[in-house]
Amino acid sequence: MSANMVALAYLIAAVLIIFALKGLSSPVSSRRGNLFGMIGMLIAVVVTLQLPGVHNYAWIFAALAVGGLIGGSVARKIPMTHMPQLVAFMHSLVGLAAVLIAVSAFYDPAAYGIADASGGLHLSSRIELFLGTFIGAITFTASIVAFAKLQGLVSGRPVTFNGQHLLNLLLGLVMIGAGVVFCMDQSWEAFLLMLAIALVLGVLLIIPIGGADMPVIVSMLNSYSGWAAAGIGFTLSNNMLIIAGALVGSSGAILSYIMCKAMNRSLFNVLLGGFGGQAVAGGSAESADQRPVNAGSAEDAAFLLQNANSVVIVPGYGLAVARAQHALKEVVDKLIASGVKVRFAIHPVAGRMPGHMNVLLAEADVPYDIVCEMDEINPEFAETDVALVLGANDVTNPAAKTDPTCPIYGMPILDVEKAEHILVVKRSLSVGYAGLDNDIFYMDKTMMLFDDAKKACEAILKSLD
Amino acid sequence: MSQSVMDATQAAAQAVVQTGAQDLADPFILSFTVFVLAIFVGYHVVWTVTPALHTPLMSVTNAISSIIIVGAILAAGPLEMTLGTVLGLVAVGLAAVNIFGGFMVTQRMLAMFKKRQ
Repeated sequence: MSANMVALAYLIAAVLIIFALKGLSSPVSSRRGNLFGMIGMLIAVVVTLQLPGVHNYAWIFAALAVGGLIGGSVARKIPMTHMPQLVAFMHSLVGLAAVLIAVSAFYDPAAYGIADASGGLHLSSRIELFLGTFIGAITFTASIVAFAKLQGLVSGRPVTFNGQHLLNLLLGLVMIGAGVVFCMDQSWEAFLLMLAIALVLGVLLIIPIGGADMPVIVSMLNSYSGWAAAGIGFTLSNNMLIIAGALVGSSGAILSYIMCKAMNRSLFNVLLGGFGGQAVAGGSAESADQRPVNAGSAEDAAFLLQNANSVVIVPGYGLAVARAQHALKEVVDKLIASGVKVRFAIHPVAGRMPGHMNVLLAEADVPYDIVCEMDEINPEFAETDVALVLGANDVTNPAAKTDPTCPIYGMPILDVEKAEHILVVKRSLSVGYAGLDNDIFYMDKTMMLFDDAKKACEAILKSLD
Repeated sequence: MSQSVMDATQAAAQAVVQTGAQDLADPFILSFTVFVLAIFVGYHVVWTVTPALHTPLMSVTNAISSIIIVGAILAAGPLEMTLGTVLGLVAVGLAAVNIFGGFMVTQRMLAMFKKRQ
């Protein structure tokens, strides 16, 4: 294949990958889009395999087979609740692969055809290598920490200490200094120092960030993994890598932005960390025990639901933790069969990553056309008979609209309090992630059902007959 | 695709042709041009993704960023086993985990999204 043919084949692959993303604009076109993505990737790999410098087929196919088997079996078995961990884990693999490729390129520039006359690297290649390496290294360790937090291997609580940000700043400066030295003298010492600091920085940057902010972090690391791929693309002067990397980079950046906006936080504020570590004093948190609530039974809840014309269900991550999706789906089926209009209201940060709750509901066979986004459903709460809140808390807290002193003030919420009746299923009156009490628990029109989400759904289901 | 991106693409293509006629632009500048334009394409395409599919978006972008397998294959290419080749082979394996895992888990998720019967 001539160099021009190779470049054109890569172009086709890049276009197919753009189609893969474009397909996700609707569930109908998404499967075909994903197929385009696979074809694009296949073309890219096959074209690369036949390049003149590639001879080591036995080993390459072995590595492909081992990786493919592992990836395929994980993809088939992973529970949908574990998607955030899986995604974080995969980001770390991209980061590590980028680092390995960069080290390999520095070790043997000739294999990439980027060596200068003396067998070293051009200045531009060194700069690209520096960028690709440190972004890859930070992505690698940061994603490992994010994975460990999401998987519960380490506490999700933020880890903060005095002088933390100063230390990070100093390390960052030393890393850049080492990078500059590397760009000038291309010494292994400077390269390895830069790499080591980048690996440490990745850990330090993520530990102060609490579990509630993980959706932002996972999206941000998604973006980093794209930039790392683009960095390697620059090193290899390969436009397809640059295009794919830039697509992923901007995708992750947009998702981070959407998540930040949904929590009314700036990215900077999230990165500084420390949020959600301790219960926030003030507000109504102390008086929680004294205020009276209307507690009801599953029969009462079933009666309320059955006699409603319209029901909006607000699921939170608590629903997924209790694995109540399937039981809930049966409740929904029964209600729909008896003529009740049922819809779901999804807050952008309802799950542990962007769109997580939609996947969890889809897994339980809830049709996607009764699952509504926040902006779509909020005007409808006023005409809703029963709002059923399951395992969600902060995203329904009206204090976000009314109390400028509360930490989530300004966060867009689901307007549950406008519904005629509110039914809240919750294990206890404990506070949410933000450490806040929620006024909707104490309203006259609210009925609390104190139970695990799954048991509650099963009990309601029984009472519906 | 939106008009602004089309215009930018045409302007960039023209700029590339013109500089090429006089003296050759540094390959880095050409790559950088592609990079910036691709960010614009990504920006416009990703905003059209429905929020309901943001999780599949992330898993498919995982697979897509593993396009660095191209670099890994080049690194693993030479027959002689050196540090460079071994690192390349490991990178091929890691990227393969993501490519297969990412596309397959995306497919699995997308298959779950069904309309009301």
